[in-house]
Amino acid sequence: MKTLETHLRAIRTSGRKALVPYFVAGLTSDWVRHVEAAVHAGADAVEIGIPFSDPMMDGVIIQEAALRALEAGTTLDSACRDVGSLAASVPLVAMTYYNIFHHYGLERAAGTLHAAGIQGAIVPDLPLEEAADWTVACDAHDVATIFLFAPSTPPDRVQRLAKATQGFAYASARMAVTGQAADIGDAERVVRSIRAHSDVPTYVGIGITTPAQAHDAASFGDGVIVGSALVKVILDGGGPAEVEDFVSSFRRALD
Amino acid sequence: MTDMPVFMTRPDERGRFGRFGGRFVPEALMPACLELEAAFIDAWSDPVFVGEYERVLRDFAGRPTPVTPLERLSERLGIRIFAKREDLAHTGSHKINNVIGQTLLTRRMGKHRVIAETGAGQHGVATATAAARLGLECTVYMGQLDTERQSLNVFRMELLGATVVPVMSGSRTLKDAVNEAMREWVTCVEDTHYCLGSVMGPHPFPWMVREMQSIIGREAARQLDELGVGTPDMVVACVGGGSNAAGVFAGFANSSARLVGIEAAGGSAVGKGSPGVLHGMKSLLMQDEFGQIEEAYSISAGLDYPGIGPEHAYLAEIGRAEYYAIGDEDVIDALRLLSEMEGIIPALETAHAVAWLVQAAGSIIPSGSSVLLNLSGRGDKDVAQVRAILRGEA
Repeated sequence: MKTLETHLRAIRTSGRKALVPYFVAGLTSDWVRHVEAAVHAGADAVEIGIPFSDPMMDGVIIQEAALRALEAGTTLDSACRDVGSLAASVPLVAMTYYNIFHHYGLERAAGTLHAAGIQGAIVPDLPLEEAADWTVACDAHDVATIFLFAPSTPPDRVQRLAKATQGFAYASARMAVTGQAADIGDAERVVRSIRAHSDVPTYVGIGITTPAQAHDAASFGDGVIVGSALVKVILDGGGPAEVEDFVSSFRRALD
Repeated sequence: MTDMPVFMTRPDERGRFGRFGGRFVPEALMPACLELEAAFIDAWSDPVFVGEYERVLRDFAGRPTPVTPLERLSERLGIRIFAKREDLAHTGSHKINNVIGQTLLTRRMGKHRVIAETGAGQHGVATATAAARLGLECTVYMGQLDTERQSLNVFRMELLGATVVPVMSGSRTLKDAVNEAMREWVTCVEDTHYCLGSVMGPHPFPWMVREMQSIIGREAARQLDELGVGTPDMVVACVGGGSNAAGVFAGFANSSARLVGIEAAGGSAVGKGSPGVLHGMKSLLMQDEFGQIEEAYSISAGLDYPGIGPEHAYLAEIGRAEYYAIGDEDVIDALRLLSEMEGIIPALETAHAVAWLVQAAGSIIPSGSSVLLNLSGRGDKDVAQVRAILRGEA
């Protein structure tokens, strides 16, 4: 079992619901301070988006953030360098599109993530059927390969994905790209379908916008991932204090 | 004969052409891609379905399109040029072949809506046309820059009952329209088919679209036989994603003909690209040293694409097809030449292939060669832009 999953299982065993905020690396020059603020406010793990020019699974908020980060010169290497200066000790997970890793070299990319202390990776345009090479590279560097489960995923695929996912299972609440939403959609059904096949920690993401939604999702899931709603705070000019307030409000809703 | 390689057959079970192709899509779209693959395989082996597809192309789209010997241009260039007249197909380009097939398949899958991306607007107009014919709802995603360059095509789509959504992200051209169509498809995949317009995207699209365009090559092979030309020395087509080229190549892939694809210099995935993953496929892409996709630039919106279909990447790699690039500066001259010498105003995309013939005749194309030119589209959509360029306004 990879280090990430050991950590995340321990959080569950302690009776705590996991809160996983998402940040776009390089969105601001002090983005690492945002991460530290989130950890201070009770984040259990952090998802770090490495910006890509063509983010097929992202809505307008993260598209805009990725564009700004790219204009600021963010790369996989610069993101990993920044992470090295992070004064926080929660598990880190990278999220980016396959071309970034493919172009960098799979083996080398997994090694770079590991060296930066990143324990897992989410690659939303890399389905199970195409993931073998990436998984081999990650296995060599203790990087967990995390798979998404969609409301459209049929039971036989859920079973195969549940076997393959490492660290946690990413349950998409809805048929949508990342963004803000009015409710948590099909999250409960997706989580229960995963539970039928695996006891891997299962986190709900895609559209989690309010603390109340996080509370609802945590009533059946092991944790929540909050992306666009938080990135919007930063796009609107929020700094570490605003990030801390935002994350604290979710922490209270989960505890 | 058992040692003869066979080209342009089915990709492998993972949708690969050599190391290219595959299916790199979000999990949310995987079931739809698998369903589409199964539905296409079933339909394409059903004589009733194929019969209807061919009948609609004949009775509605005007197939077969003729092959026209380009006598004056041939004499000028010292080669024998035969044009496959996809410009005469309904809606003005080869795009109609694919959308007739895909909309019939949409209905067969029980879906009632299609979405599509478009660059120049040809595929959008064709999709809106085919959707109107079957009473399917239709939404077309088009880069905002392209909606300005091709405003008449936007109006055409609207006349045909489609909704056109200008895409404001990224370079606001074809690549961003594909991103947006993919994002939209995630939200409506239950009742909506994504009618992709070229031999690109995730499996089965590159294969399916090539199959639905291969009628171009099959007809042309027969027509050249009837003209007494037989197998041409060379088959030439412009390439953005590569659907018209794939369609015409398919008729000659296992003949002695040289296959030549002409890219726009500013969108030259074979010439300037490297292997990468975008829009659901592994192919050759224009990208920077970090794997960020570069923006393509071309005078023609239809070739303004930083990638190429995976089968083309494969054909280039194994050397079965050759790819060359033509810059914007040669395209207008070629458009005027074909217009003045042959009475055919080609689309700006097609004019790239004409420009290459002018450039390569007597060198890469030996004098006296017989050349099949896929005249993929007509230039009506481009005349306002060409007028502005010739008047020095653009």
